[in-house]
Amino acid sequence: MSWVGSAVPRVEDPALLSGKGRFVDDLQVPNMLHAAVVRSPYAHARVRGIDKGAALALPGVHAVLTYEDLPEPFRESRLLLLVPNPAIRYPVTYYTLAKDEVCFAGEAVAFVIADDRYIAEDAAELVDIDYEPLPMASDCRAALAPGAAVAHADRPDNIAADFPIAYGDIDAAFAGAAHVFTESIFAHRGGGHAIECRGIVAAHDPVGDNMTLWVNTQSPHMLRDVYAKMMGVSESRIRVIAPADVGGGFGPKGMYYQEHFCAAAAARLLGRPVKWIEDRRENFLSTYQERDQHWDVEVAVDAEGRLRGVRGSLIHDAGAYLPWGIITPFISATTVPGPYVLPAYHMNLTVVFTNKVATTPVRGAGRPQAAFVMERLMDRIARELDLDPVEVRRRNFIQPEQMPYSVGLVFRDGSPVVYDSGDYPACQEKAIALADYESFRERQAEARQAGRYIGIGLGSYVEGTGLGPFEGVSVKVEMSGKVAVQTGAAPQGQGHQTMLAQIVADQLGVKPEDIAVTPGDTGGVGIGIGTFASRITANAGPSAQLAATGVREKLVRAAAHLLEAAEADLDVADGRVFIKGVPDHGKTFAEIATFANGMPGFSLPGGVTPGLDETAYFTPERSTYANGAHVVEVEVDIETGAVTILRYSTAHDCGAMINPKMVDGQVLGGVAHGVGNALFEWMRYDDDAQPQTVSFGEYLIPMATDVPRVDQVHIQTPTPLNPLGVKGAGEGGTIPAIAAIAAAVEDALSPFGVHITQTPVTPPYILERLDAAKRTESLG
Amino acid sequence: MGERRDITLTVNGASVSRDVEVRWTLVDFLRHELELTGTHVGCEHGVCGACTVLIDGRSARSCLMLAVQADGHEVTTVEGLSPAEGLSPLQQAFVDNHGLQCGYCTPGILCTLTEFLETNPDPSEEEIRIALSGNLCRCTGYQGIVDAALAYARSNKGSAE
Repeated sequence: MSWVGSAVPRVEDPALLSGKGRFVDDLQVPNMLHAAVVRSPYAHARVRGIDKGAALALPGVHAVLTYEDLPEPFRESRLLLLVPNPAIRYPVTYYTLAKDEVCFAGEAVAFVIADDRYIAEDAAELVDIDYEPLPMASDCRAALAPGAAVAHADRPDNIAADFPIAYGDIDAAFAGAAHVFTESIFAHRGGGHAIECRGIVAAHDPVGDNMTLWVNTQSPHMLRDVYAKMMGVSESRIRVIAPADVGGGFGPKGMYYQEHFCAAAAARLLGRPVKWIEDRRENFLSTYQERDQHWDVEVAVDAEGRLRGVRGSLIHDAGAYLPWGIITPFISATTVPGPYVLPAYHMNLTVVFTNKVATTPVRGAGRPQAAFVMERLMDRIARELDLDPVEVRRRNFIQPEQMPYSVGLVFRDGSPVVYDSGDYPACQEKAIALADYESFRERQAEARQAGRYIGIGLGSYVEGTGLGPFEGVSVKVEMSGKVAVQTGAAPQGQGHQTMLAQIVADQLGVKPEDIAVTPGDTGGVGIGIGTFASRITANAGPSAQLAATGVREKLVRAAAHLLEAAEADLDVADGRVFIKGVPDHGKTFAEIATFANGMPGFSLPGGVTPGLDETAYFTPERSTYANGAHVVEVEVDIETGAVTILRYSTAHDCGAMINPKMVDGQVLGGVAHGVGNALFEWMRYDDDAQPQTVSFGEYLIPMATDVPRVDQVHIQTPTPLNPLGVKGAGEGGTIPAIAAIAAAVEDALSPFGVHITQTPVTPPYILERLDAAKRTESLG
Repeated sequence: MGERRDITLTVNGASVSRDVEVRWTLVDFLRHELELTGTHVGCEHGVCGACTVLIDGRSARSCLMLAVQADGHEVTTVEGLSPAEGLSPLQQAFVDNHGLQCGYCTPGILCTLTEFLETNPDPSEEEIRIALSGNLCRCTGYQGIVDAALAYARSNKGSAE
């Protein structure tokens, strides 16, 4: 049988279920000290002086590090900007510790190290910092006004980047349009809010000058490489280990942060291991978010509702720094065309500095907002032309025979956006069948007679997944006969170990549970990128297959020598290589590995390569595009504005599936995140750029009673771009959720003529829209 | 150094005596003093439920309780819910129903469900969801967790009949 494609139980589960997980805060390194961070309470201020005296006098305190205490050239080096873009006017990122200006409430100014965390926090309160408050930029639109306060004192304005993303003849598209419709949309997304906050343990060996960093990161190699560059040391002296268990990532853990470098510097300076674990309040203050986007768009259509062009502007709240460049708004703007034939497009992006924590990708990475915009336009066209929303989409979908389909855009990696495969109309048909869409209007009419307001909404999406350049996997058959797999790819709950074990098991004829997979260790695989952009299965998956195939060839070649048989006559199964049809006549993996590892002083026979290991780096030519459609049914309480999701149906196409149960899980979790974005999650700041939602009591993420059961159907359109035919599955659950839920709310409230142009669709917003609609009606 | 006090409590069936700082939370005591790291810290303000343990059989937030308040009481953590070998039937139901992804919230959820399913052996899906509403999970969308609880309750009912 094939393990690939089967819903095998996850190898990760038993340890996690019995309290034997190994998360970063579970690590106890001998002689370890504990750190707490002193953060700016001001959104914008000059740091005039720091008095550490009282903090240092506290028994148990070992050091209070500030900018001045960091080693050179480290301290002057701002954190590297991950994805530079020529459109960025001011490529500014963080210092490891603030130098003389703090640009958001929560920026790290001092790093206190003590015997335990309790003492470190006591001491952090005693660090006396003299701030001179400065005017601040809070709302990203207000920050664009002439004379607005600047987020960085030495800048003339708050524009981080201002550029168009466009293709086609947009003027002609609008000039010849039968109809033009305009929308102003506010799309807010909060953060990742993994239940495990960020953390690091840094240990430095002064003898060999080796630094080991255990970090709950999505990108261990990236962190290693950045640290090496900033410190001016060899990468070989740094080992970054993402612990086997990381408590959720969702994007923000993919980045490097001030505290990573603080902890490393502290461990080096003090000669003792240092642990820092973020608390939840710090997570709200300092872990990167997505936040605000304001879209002003118009769509041109022909008389039948077919798209001719979309144009407009996007204003994106960057926060104070650009650690990941301008990647989020870039992805947003390039996602708008989605699954539709859109002949012309022109979107102007203005990325704006504000005195808030930086914005970087969160699950979906700017795509949910783009899908919200495009699907709002689709629904608008349907309403204006009196067409069913399903029909409008049918008329505009890219057809399967148009694959591969070149959109006309250039993606973030500089390559043209070319959808490789997929059947978008079929996906929508499957979703509406699952949702029993055809009978909905009847059900809706009945509900209304009973005084209940129910509605239905649709959302379709296309997502570039499996971005290159590569993710390495190393496979080895050891002399013990065990199979070991190492990869730089760091998991945060997705089940990478199981997925890779399934692929390797097929090639080597062993069971997945007999394979030891060690992910996320720079000591295991030389180079690597990271877990984001739904890229691991499509990058590490094929690498695992290539590496395992190579090991299988080595096994057979060595066994052919041992068995004095032709390679073509050998078979591999159950941890043995044997003569085809004669399973008893063979050698175990242990025997073959022992042979291939040689004996001191003896040459290997011709053709036998040393050892039974192979490392592969599959390099995809370009991104592969997953797609899907969601249909949501909601009920809205017009007295309270509360929304209840009654039914949720998804059709999802991520190509071939390695483990269908884990793909289901990715979609379910993605939908839950989308439900949060659609209905609850709002990272609020006041006019002074002070964060207002800094606990789970103030910033609401969905509970078990908020997330509906999700009915799923899968289409498997294998991609031609990798040998497994797989696409990414991590974000498709999230991307169209906002759009579909908002549309369903609008549909439920259609008797009142309510129009939804904001996400999250909160109860106060719904009541406000109902009031506005009633006022309009009474005026009319 | 803050004030210290001697406490004696039962943790996972064994008696434990320790000299503790009065300000230590119970979760810090369990994790760092007793090295029972299966109980996790998610928010330290009592909302997320990752730190849920059983105090005298009742689920409670170990981040909102001081170690000294557990003096004389019986504490059960996820380690105490786990057999020496293999998995408990509830834990196995989580494997079978993909009831976890990153596993960080899982120990707290197992504690919540242990208490709930003892008092409600035949729950509806809605009752399970309400019981779980004090435990946040960011990965699973809850469906696998709910299904695990339903499957466990069904199999118990089957074996009882």
